[in-house]
Amino acid sequence: MAALTREETEALIQEVLEIYPEQAKKDRAKHLAVNDQSLEKSNKCITSNRKSLPGVMTIRGCAYAGSKGVVWGPIKDMIHISHGPVGCGQYSRAGRRNYYVGTTGVNTFGTMNFTSDFTEKDIVFGGDKKLAKIITEIEGLFPLHKGISIQSECPIGLIGDDIEAVAKKGNKEIGKPVVPVRCEGFRGVSQSLGHHIANDAIRDWVLGNRDGDDSFPTTPYDVAVIGDYNIGGDAWASRTLLEEMGLRVVAQWSGDGTLAEIENTPKVKLNLIHCYRSMNYIARHMEEKYKIPWIEYNFFGPTKIAESLRRIASHFDETIQAGAERVIAKYQAEYEAVIAKYKPRLEGKRVMLYIGGLRPRHVIGAYEDLGMEVVGTGYEFGHNDDYDRTIKEMGNATLLYDDVTGYEFEEFVKRVQPDLIGSGIKEKYIFQKMGVPFRQMHSWDYSGPYHGYDGFAIFARDMDMTINNPCWKQVKAPWKTDASSDAVKVAA
Amino acid sequence: MALRQCAIYGKGGIGKSTTTQNLVSALAELGNKVMIVGCDPKADSTRLILHAKAQTTIMSLAAEAGSVEDLELEDVLKIGYGGIKCVESGGPEPGVGCAGRGVITAINFLEEEGAYDDELDFVFYDVLGDVVCGGFAMPIRENKAQEIYIVCSGEMMAMYAANNIAKGIVKYANSGSVRLAGLICNSRNTAREDELISALAAKIGTTMIHFVPRDNVVQRAEIRRMTVIEYEPTAKQADEYRQLAIKIRDNRNFIIPTPITMDELEELMMEFGILEQEDESVIGKTAAELALA
Repeated sequence: MAALTREETEALIQEVLEIYPEQAKKDRAKHLAVNDQSLEKSNKCITSNRKSLPGVMTIRGCAYAGSKGVVWGPIKDMIHISHGPVGCGQYSRAGRRNYYVGTTGVNTFGTMNFTSDFTEKDIVFGGDKKLAKIITEIEGLFPLHKGISIQSECPIGLIGDDIEAVAKKGNKEIGKPVVPVRCEGFRGVSQSLGHHIANDAIRDWVLGNRDGDDSFPTTPYDVAVIGDYNIGGDAWASRTLLEEMGLRVVAQWSGDGTLAEIENTPKVKLNLIHCYRSMNYIARHMEEKYKIPWIEYNFFGPTKIAESLRRIASHFDETIQAGAERVIAKYQAEYEAVIAKYKPRLEGKRVMLYIGGLRPRHVIGAYEDLGMEVVGTGYEFGHNDDYDRTIKEMGNATLLYDDVTGYEFEEFVKRVQPDLIGSGIKEKYIFQKMGVPFRQMHSWDYSGPYHGYDGFAIFARDMDMTINNPCWKQVKAPWKTDASSDAVKVAA
Repeated sequence: MALRQCAIYGKGGIGKSTTTQNLVSALAELGNKVMIVGCDPKADSTRLILHAKAQTTIMSLAAEAGSVEDLELEDVLKIGYGGIKCVESGGPEPGVGCAGRGVITAINFLEEEGAYDDELDFVFYDVLGDVVCGGFAMPIRENKAQEIYIVCSGEMMAMYAANNIAKGIVKYANSGSVRLAGLICNSRNTAREDELISALAAKIGTTMIHFVPRDNVVQRAEIRRMTVIEYEPTAKQADEYRQLAIKIRDNRNFIIPTPITMDELEELMMEFGILEQEDESVIGKTAAELALA
């Protein structure tokens, strides 16, 4: 199917909005836009980070998901207590595929669920005493943990427990950081506020822990990787490239990361931000307090990787700049082979994305490297600075949809007829049943890594095996010929 | 006779618990089977009936046992003077946890365990002064208390509170069967108190069901953890509570209240000389500024 013109895309948005009642139509209209590369600021065309409307089947999460699930959870040598009833922690346990190295239950705790398992009596009498006891028990049972974070679930904010006081007492008792995080799920409009709250908690309770301590030997080439959660090993595939060009990666935030890495980050020379949405706050703070500059980069697909490596290198001397060129050259044969193999199978295929964080714009380049085109994209919980960064990445007249509703997404897909959809688990089966090839782009569909040159090879293979899977030819029931389905329509 | 469920509300410190326990004792004396459900974490709604400092509460027993499901009715239900059944919902000490949830949990427990048996004539809920959250409105929700009595006095804040409680009742009355059944004036010996409360009651659409005069025998009885009915049955005050009990027993005047506006309330108070005519020129002026003027 040919690409829609600007007028057609605008008409499509109007048509999809038509079914809504007046108020909902007015509200949703602000979240849907036709991309216009000439715009500098996205607020001219799209509104974001607003409360979702009830009944629209939003795909968003909550502040707890943003803090515990995204930012804090992957810090592997800390124990993160899901403070409140059992479900929040248990049903999100290990779901994000943040890979890490370590012995789980001994010196790392990433896939375990620690919860205060609130019941009626904890609500009525408060949970502070129980929390203090848990901290003591953790220290006894898991002595190799490096610190504890307290991830507040909704009731903590409702009953007004003083977790800060418990944290301070716990810190004195065990001599390790105990961090209270006020990420009650009802706060804010999505998981985005949870990221911010989590960043602030790191700022207030962790980041300054080694201020004035010069025992950590530094080099002029120290960097921190910020906002890479090592999903399916992403951070490892990224770290390799940085190290090969001569940089020293002091910290990974927070995939496969440790508390010590976080504490040492104020000593680096440059902060490298991959997921801007979830961790720009801490980067800005370090810029202000420690005068550490930060840059955004993109390690999806060889074009963006090369651009990013060169941009990162430009902040360092000629050795690093030469290093960047060396790395690009080293992998050239490899990624060209990947492109040579898959581009003929994927060329011209059209993709619609709907994801969180950085991916709705960051993966566009990787698709383009394979000759594919992203014709619609949107953020679950993006802000306008995310859309600012998206306008230039997307083609003119493509669709932008913010906090898309179940209905809108389905209608857009029916009309645009993409060859592939990249979104989450809740969308997967709907679109697969509609006969549209689908990849989960939160968890990489149990695959990955997708970052770096290594990741690109896997990314290309996965897209190919999804789109060109013979199963899609079997979706239509054999007795439903075009003629008979027309006949049914006439009869109806 | 069908079970009648009544809730007693009113400003904190107005004498709800004392009035309720004396009233309930008088009802028991008249041969009624009564249960008191204390809905206040302080758990002082049954002490005069049980001669106890404070009854062990449902929530404290639940905390000990692990959960409320582990409790039996006889663990929490105590029998006191006149065969009156006593339970206290209990809750946390001030400043922690959620007392409102404690009330909800406790009342649900009593219902599930069949505390409201057919033999009872009355259940009285003695509720914490301010309906600060949904938990303290629990006794007036569907299928619970249908009659609300508000204890008040001729003091300004007590009347404010009474009017506010009436507003709360309207919300539940429109969706259920809860009704305002009257104001109980627990006298503070302010001027023309009975007339004032009668006037307020009329404006809200109800009556002052009884004027309970002030008498030190109440305090003397309280020191002994007893109601006046039990401590000194021949006292004049005991008869006042008996009259209140009879009036409540025979009361059929259950209405959806018509709470009044702040202006109307202030007008009423001015009429009775409780509130001075407001001098708008002094609003927002400091003492120093007023001295200059």
